[in-house]
Amino acid sequence: MSSIVLILLTGIGLGALYFLVASGLSLIYGLMHVLNFAHGAFLTLSAFIGWQVALSLGTASWGSFLVSLLVGAVVGAIFATLTELILIRPLYERHIEQVLVTVGLSFAAVALFEGIWGTDAVNVAGPAWLKGTTDVLGARIPNTYWVLMIAAALVLGGLVLFLKKTRYGMIIRAGVENRAMVTALGIDVRKSFTLVFAIGGAAAGIGGVLAMHYTTFVSAHLGSTLLIFAFIVTVIGGLGSLTGAAVASVLVAVLQQFANVYLSGTGDFIVVALLAVVLLVRPSGLMGRKA
Amino acid sequence: MSEPSPILTVSHLSASIAGQQVVEDVTFEVPATGITAVLGRNGVGKTSTLRGILGLIHRRGEVTLAGERIDGLATHRIVQRGVGYVPEDREVFAGLTVAENLSLAERDKSPRREFVAELFPDLVKRRGQLAGTLSGGQQQMVSVARALLNENRILLVDEPTKGLAPKIVGEVAAALAEASRVVPILLVEQNLDVVRRLAAGAIVIANGRVVHTGDARTILDDEALTTRLLGVSAEVHQ
Repeated sequence: MSSIVLILLTGIGLGALYFLVASGLSLIYGLMHVLNFAHGAFLTLSAFIGWQVALSLGTASWGSFLVSLLVGAVVGAIFATLTELILIRPLYERHIEQVLVTVGLSFAAVALFEGIWGTDAVNVAGPAWLKGTTDVLGARIPNTYWVLMIAAALVLGGLVLFLKKTRYGMIIRAGVENRAMVTALGIDVRKSFTLVFAIGGAAAGIGGVLAMHYTTFVSAHLGSTLLIFAFIVTVIGGLGSLTGAAVASVLVAVLQQFANVYLSGTGDFIVVALLAVVLLVRPSGLMGRKA
Repeated sequence: MSEPSPILTVSHLSASIAGQQVVEDVTFEVPATGITAVLGRNGVGKTSTLRGILGLIHRRGEVTLAGERIDGLATHRIVQRGVGYVPEDREVFAGLTVAENLSLAERDKSPRREFVAELFPDLVKRRGQLAGTLSGGQQQMVSVARALLNENRILLVDEPTKGLAPKIVGEVAAALAEASRVVPILLVEQNLDVVRRLAAGAIVIANGRVVHTGDARTILDDEALTTRLLGVSAEVHQ
């Protein structure tokens, strides 16, 4: 029983991390039809800068942890905004070129990060509580998973409120359905593009700082590894569906954890197999709109 | 007495979709009052002409709104200058409520909510309903209402009665007649009964070009002309 609780809760925690990365990817694709391969770079840069901030403030305190999270979100938002304005916007409606430029940026960013911070992973530390565990029905759950779950729940709640209660949120929801019609109502949808990139970058930035604590290290490849799973959950959830991304994140991560424990470490294989099944049976994803 | 200046002038407009030419060389004027119908057989480029004017598809040529060139502007800027658009197939935002669909369309500081509420009282009752769950006629009302909320200089209305029940066709036609009292309308419409009832002037397009312009009733009353240009006899609609 305790092992099932452990797998389930760590799966949900890992899913929370996937969601933090996938939420931005999903919103960006939904509105702009851009598969943003540079999303992992937003995450990695935020993690490195967040780590530098935490180091300067003292890694053991909760204050520095929270400040590093905030800085990570801001760095992710700024990096993403600049990417949209400088690289994506000039290639408006040229989707293949947009994909290629984000792929190029992701490679260039990794090389740049390695040049600045080196090719070796840097071990990180945080508040002592993060290294501990909490007992749930006999299962000792690492505390980092609780932080991931809380952060993802707050980000999901914040995004839902933003999308439902603000005019920009309404424009984004409408744009995901029919971007041309939004412009035909006299709305400059490009402002929403920048905003969506900034929001996605901020969520990825928070994810980057938390991923660093989850893995206990940061490296130039941190974002690339997570990006693969974020893309998988985005596709399984349905491109453009925030709820779909949330559901798929948890589903994929829990399945991955169970497969790793009970099917001889085949978690990654099972996830890719699930992706293939979803693409064959339901190409629009669990909660995506049919083309 | 000289003719009043047209509100919209289209000169040598051509348009293409995915490299395929859909409008060849269209030139016409829309008067500043009343309803002007755009007629033609299916697939001759009527919808593409409207979308070309709005910049929703790649286009070339001159489009002038009240003396100002708008063909170099992005779609949202053209709309902000006072061009309302009611697209073919409604294109309401299915996942948004009726109220959200209307709110999204509001550009003016004082949108004409009361005017729209009087025209479409049913929408007031359905404010909280998702637009995707409305009937076709109700969705068309949302689509027309979105364009009427602002003080536009012209409305481009594309097949507003397509696929609607006869009773709803009458309601939509009545709403357009009422709307035309405050704003000129360029109307693409296949239902010749509706054209006869609403339109003062008509422009006939064939093979991506304007082949005839004139008084709407005169065109529709000329059976040989309607048969030749529209492929139908207007008589059967009378």
